[in-house]
Amino acid sequence: MPQLRTLPTRRHPRRTAGTLVALVTIVPLVACSTPAASPGVDEETITIGTHTPLTGPAAAGYSSISAAASAYFDYLNDNGGIHGRSIEYVVKDDAYNPATTQTVVRELVQEDEVLAVVNGLGTPTHSAVLDYLNENEVPDLFVASGSPSWDQPEAYPWTFGYNADYITEGKVLAHHAQETYDDAVYCVLGQDDDFGTDFTVGLTTVLDDLASTQTYSVSNQDVTAQIGAMQAAGCTVNFLATVNGFTALALGTAAKMGYRAQWLSSSSGGDYPTLVGYLGEDVGPALLEGFVSTNYLPFSADDPWVELFRRVNDEYNDGAPFTGNTVFGMSVAYTFAETLARAGEDPTRESLVEALESGEVVGNGIVPLQFGKDSRRAFGGVGITVVEGGVQDYVGEVYTTDTADGDVVVYDGEAVTLENDGIPQT
Amino acid sequence: MNARRTLLLALGGLVLAIGLTFLLDPYRNYQLALAAAYLCATAGLTVLVGLSGQLSLGHAALMAAGGYGYALTSQALTSAGVGGVPRFLAATVAAAVAAGVLGLLLGLAGARLHGPYLAGLTLTLVVAVPAVAASVGALQGDRGVRIEFEGVPGPLKALIALEQWQAWVALAVAAVAVTGLALVRDGRTGLRMRAVRDDEVAAALAGIAPARVKVLAFVVSSVTAGLGGAVLTFVTQSVSPGAYTVSLSLLLLVAVVVGGLGSLLGAALGAVLLVLLPWLVGTLTDMLPLPSQVTQRLDGTLPLLVFGSLLIVLVAGAPGGLAGALTAARDRRRARRRLPAPGPTAARLVPTAGDDPTGPAARPGSVGPTATRSGEPVRTPTEG
Repeated sequence: MPQLRTLPTRRHPRRTAGTLVALVTIVPLVACSTPAASPGVDEETITIGTHTPLTGPAAAGYSSISAAASAYFDYLNDNGGIHGRSIEYVVKDDAYNPATTQTVVRELVQEDEVLAVVNGLGTPTHSAVLDYLNENEVPDLFVASGSPSWDQPEAYPWTFGYNADYITEGKVLAHHAQETYDDAVYCVLGQDDDFGTDFTVGLTTVLDDLASTQTYSVSNQDVTAQIGAMQAAGCTVNFLATVNGFTALALGTAAKMGYRAQWLSSSSGGDYPTLVGYLGEDVGPALLEGFVSTNYLPFSADDPWVELFRRVNDEYNDGAPFTGNTVFGMSVAYTFAETLARAGEDPTRESLVEALESGEVVGNGIVPLQFGKDSRRAFGGVGITVVEGGVQDYVGEVYTTDTADGDVVVYDGEAVTLENDGIPQT
Repeated sequence: MNARRTLLLALGGLVLAIGLTFLLDPYRNYQLALAAAYLCATAGLTVLVGLSGQLSLGHAALMAAGGYGYALTSQALTSAGVGGVPRFLAATVAAAVAAGVLGLLLGLAGARLHGPYLAGLTLTLVVAVPAVAASVGALQGDRGVRIEFEGVPGPLKALIALEQWQAWVALAVAAVAVTGLALVRDGRTGLRMRAVRDDEVAAALAGIAPARVKVLAFVVSSVTAGLGGAVLTFVTQSVSPGAYTVSLSLLLLVAVVVGGLGSLLGAALGAVLLVLLPWLVGTLTDMLPLPSQVTQRLDGTLPLLVFGSLLIVLVAGAPGGLAGALTAARDRRRARRRLPAPGPTAARLVPTAGDDPTGPAARPGSVGPTATRSGEPVRTPTEG
């Protein structure tokens, strides 16, 4: 800071004058400090980026997502890329800390000059950069969070969600529980942010009331009190709005307390392979038998998408454990590639958004994506998966519903089929 | 340095710094704004540790108090329909008050504690921040409090980018904080602080109330830390416990020691290092052909390692920190030119190599109230 330097007093006037002259000369240079048009695109590459937890409390549950997405982009690039350009995916660690997210996203936009931010992960983290990205008109695509707040085309035209939103998940799970269990006492354990509150809103839309509503904070790795309260309230069917680590913690804590109940989880914390990783191979499968969770991406072992993703995982991801995160990351990568293919020969930030608004991008889920002019909601419906004999797979129907108090209805369409080995045709 | 000169210097410096923002791209301006925010905290901390001899490991918590004070006030005013400059000023004052009150409580306890016990107390405070944020509903846990987006004011919109505007505001607040601290340091209060630091008994015999002086030092330092938190909240439009961790507290202290204890110039150098080091290290690791797994592991930890090594090297080689080293180099140059070195060096705040920083060093003369007639200590004009 210059004001800390002592200057001989007599030369002050001259110096001040000099500064003023310098300022006057500099003012016309202001234009230099505004970013150039359509960054992130050159002859050979498209540069995009993301913020995701690679360290910190949420890393163990989610760091594999960006690795899977990168692997899928490598697969695409080896097969000619999109419109002859390869995709470069810059992954920045934010340790699931909103303050760090602010910095790394600014780095992506201003230093790395990405075309778009793709699959920024986390509700609290991404909320911190929502205004910034829309203010700077940077496409903010496929946010890895089910918060309904990404679906605000009026306020946030540049933001598109990805996960089925928590309200939808809550409604479908509650509907499934009503159909399946008799004389149940319903309770919920949720994260103490939008994730928990939105999911609970979905539950209470369908169920009249919950016997106990418990919350936890990510920074406190102990849920004994919450599980104890649920046990005391006589809960028999427990819903979970928890990230993977805390799903495992909740089930493990309940098992230690000798408390048995039926658990139904949001897709965000319901990935069987990841949960077994947390709980250990010896007790995990036993604890998770009968565990119910929602999903909206291809997951059955014989699904063509899953077979393709397995192949890509073995070849481009060093054969990392194949989990729901792998499917999620690769599905996001495929969806971005599809968007890019629809955005024309020379994609711009605007043409990406137009491609999504046209409704032509369908993704690869069990229901097609439903982006449009006035919708930023990705999946309008989810399916139910159950763990049986150490295998998590879809059972029964796929349901669709809205984020208000509409009914939960059975979806009678088809899942999106795999074409051309998962390389979008331009 | 008399008060008028300090003010002129601050104004000139601010104009210069604002001119500098025209030469930087948006991301550099964002970093400049962060550095200005951290400067508010490091400048306060350097006065607290260097001048009054009290160690604080909890300055991140004081910044957090300021940040939350700013955010909650700003939210309340937004819903009351107040916006623009009045909202900013009110929220900033609230931040200073919130941090000041917390600092007062800390100072009251601190005046009765010494060395490691005070360090422990302040450390406890910073560890408690996430827990408090999680248990008080209004603070919204890990997610933190978000405030309404504030863009560039109308007439400037066509001229400057948002980051540049934010850098201007940050620099202005930092200038106010640092100028305030410089005036405190050069005035009677600063003199009393040094007297209490060097010998409490002698100071008490000279009619100074040591406890009062210590508490005052804590409050002044906390207010500026709170201003730093307010600036951070203003720049990022949100405040969350994750931004104010124990490691930030320790880094602030390291930045102050590396810059040069007791020197405001050192505090500025430390604040810049605090922002630039993680970024520089990250850029370096990106350039090296390392496997991505290794890079990921290094990402958060390597800057700390560099900071730590820097601290060890500096304390061993130049106990006066960067600012001290600069001063020493200039003194040597002057000596070579056969110019008389200005003023007795004894009044220097930066401990020289011979000093024992752990205890009251017996410095000859110049510290007692008799040092000068005007109530100003004899100082080297280099202590910025």
